Amino acid sequence: MEILVCIKRVPDTSENEIEVNRDGTDIERDDLVCSVNEWDNYAVEEAIQIRDRVGGSVTVVSVGDEEAEEVVRREMAMGADKGILLSDDAFEGSDGRGIAAILKAEVKRGNYDLVLTGAQADDGAAQVGGMLAAMLDWPFASLVNFIEFVDDKKIKVGREIAGGNQEMYEINLPSVLSIQTGINEPRYVSIRGIRKVASLEIPVHTAGNLGISPESVGEPGAKTKRLDYFMPEPGEGAEILEGSTDEIIDKLIELLKAKGGIK
Amino acid sequence: MTRQVFAYIIHKDGVADDTALEMVAAAGKLDSDARVTAVVAGAGSKLDSVCNEAASSFAEVWKIDNPALAYVTSEVLRPMLVLILPKNGIILVPHDHFGMDLAPGLSIKLDAAYLPDAVDFQGIDNGKLKAVREEYTGQVSTHVLTDISEGVVITVRPGSFKADESKRGEGHVVDKTPEAIEGGLPAGSCRFLEIVEAEVGDVDITKSDILVSVGRGIEDEDNLEIIHELAEAMGGDVSCSRPIVDAKWLEKSRQVGTSGQTVKPKVYMALGISGTFQHVGGLKGSPFVIAINKSPRAPIFQVADVGIVDDILDFIPELTERINELKG
Ligand SMILES: Cc1cc2nc3c(=O)[nH]c(=O)nc-3n(C[C@H](O)[C@H](O)[C@H](O)COP(=O)(O)OP(=O)(O)OC[C@H]3O[C@@H](n4cnc5c(N)ncnc54)[C@H](O)[C@@H]3O)c2cc1C
Ligand SMILES: Cc1cc2nc3c(=O)[nH]c(=O)nc-3n(C[C@H](O)[C@H](O)[C@H](O)COP(=O)(O)OP(=O)(O)OC[C@H]3O[C@@H](n4cnc5c(N)ncnc54)[C@H](O)[C@@H]3O)c2cc1C
Repeated sequence: MEILVCIKRVPDTSENEIEVNRDGTDIERDDLVCSVNEWDNYAVEEAIQIRDRVGGSVTVVSVGDEEAEEVVRREMAMGADKGILLSDDAFEGSDGRGIAAILKAEVKRGNYDLVLTGAQADDGAAQVGGMLAAMLDWPFASLVNFIEFVDDKKIKVGREIAGGNQEMYEINLPSVLSIQTGINEPRYVSIRGIRKVASLEIPVHTAGNLGISPESVGEPGAKTKRLDYFMPEPGEGAEILEGSTDEIIDKLIELLKAKGGIK
Repeated sequence: MTRQVFAYIIHKDGVADDTALEMVAAAGKLDSDARVTAVVAGAGSKLDSVCNEAASSFAEVWKIDNPALAYVTSEVLRPMLVLILPKNGIILVPHDHFGMDLAPGLSIKLDAAYLPDAVDFQGIDNGKLKAVREEYTGQVSTHVLTDISEGVVITVRPGSFKADESKRGEGHVVDKTPEAIEGGLPAGSCRFLEIVEAEVGDVDITKSDILVSVGRGIEDEDNLEIIHELAEAMGGDVSCSRPIVDAKWLEKSRQVGTSGQTVKPKVYMALGISGTFQHVGGLKGSPFVIAINKSPRAPIFQVADVGIVDDILDFIPELTERINELKG
């Protein structure tokens, strides 16, 4: 089983408060802690477990600048066999479709049976996996929380729907699946594991290598463009209780009593 | 020229989803002069009741009725939509588990632009639509500009537009089935098998009046103790956000949200929960919401009635102690 997992380097929302920069052109990137998108860790873990069950290899790929190399390396330390970075000035400013088109070119170079993405990245778009599948004309399932191999041509897949229920499908390979959190428990990456992959050469593929015409991706190819960032309107919002902890607790207990919050 | 907007209607057991009327409102905000058509797919008599319901709110209803859609899956539906939808239309789909499956691929097959998870629209100028999105679990918002001159597929965040109940529809239902299945049914490289229902847990949080709900802010499994103690003092039950279930610290039946339970307590305590729409989407019946979060900018404070900016690991034990003192 040849498996490709697409991974994205994102600001880690559990480590940072995301702030808008002074002129609203971007988020404040100084001192921003970045890591691999949460969903992608589950996708890589799943790929590793599949490989360990049925054999084959796991390749991780990221579209990004040289800083994205760090997340490729991290997922190799987790246990992926190969890592590839897709990087070119022409890729900058790509929208979801652009990213999917770049990934498609890489998929076409290989001989993959299965391509995994995360269900969504931190900006919540949840677009790349479904676009990639449509571009490849491969079957697609999103929000996958269960994978079982039927034979080397078919898999059985569960996808999460409302209320914690699950739809089961049988899907022909090759296919693209977007992975939902909770499908497994991603393994911990040790410092030693990171050291072991620290000096491995990570191949970089450019628009030229991939046969992508620069106008079709990046900013020129993008049909959606982000204009600016701004802080959400405060709206009505909560009444914030102020004072010493004791005073706050006094007020809170009064409210709880009034609203039936203490039995 | 009047713009054509299409809204894909999700339905279950013969009843349209809440998002149907939200999309009437979304379409109105997008272009108040647009002609808005509902697209409803399924099979049999239940489908007809959804179509009739939709007809009272939309200018027109396009029906696709086929046994292959008795349970609608996006891999079967997508090629049908590609056959019936015009190349340069505006197509609205709810940004839920179904929309996420259907819509990105649909935009590619229609060769249209894609605008995911829109929360507001701010006008169309010169073939370009200005919209608002949120990023980083709602911590920041962005304006995005989408070139819709060759059509666009937009997923609309559930709950961001207030349902339009005015029922100003004109009531035509048009059967689009023959056109939709012209290409034959898809070869079946993705076959739907069955639904596996969620497991039932030891407590039913949908019946609780008081929920003490914990999120990733609890940091460590061992710290859950303080949440259980508070719930006990208040006489409530413990529920949680998704990461707590993903980490296997609490069972799935305690998860509040779109992929968990829909709850309707009187009082809801959100402790160390950021407040994404998928979490808040599970809160119904306007509970009194108290949020405690160490970040003053956490989006949960937008939906809460009362907020406290503090570290839950410090605050909760003190609160529990005081409630217990009070109860003697
Ligand atoms: C409306 C809109 C406007 C935007 N405008 C701009 C802009 O003007 N300029 C700009 O620079 N960016 C812009 N972006 C962001 C940029 O488009 C995204 O980074 C890109 O679309 C893909 O990421 P995503 O977050 O949408 O991925 P999602 O579809 O949410 O991610 C799903 C999965 O796809 C895979 N994936 C996503 N990105 C990558 C990647 N880079 N490498 C490998 N795998 C990946 C991962 O497996 C991930 O889990 C915009 C995004 C949107 C939604
Ligand atoms: C299709 C789909 C369905 C989903 N369904 C659901 C669902 O049903 N339910 C659900 O909950 N999520 C769901 N999610 C996940 C959702 O998008 C978020 O990832 C999740 O809700 C975040 O949980 P959280 O608020 O606990 O964590 P985070 O977003 O990480 O927030 C943690 C919060 O805790 C605060 N904090 C940290 N430490 C402390 C401290 N010591 N004291 C006080 N505050 C602290 C932080 O400021 C932050 O606001 C779904 C996602 C997808 C893609």
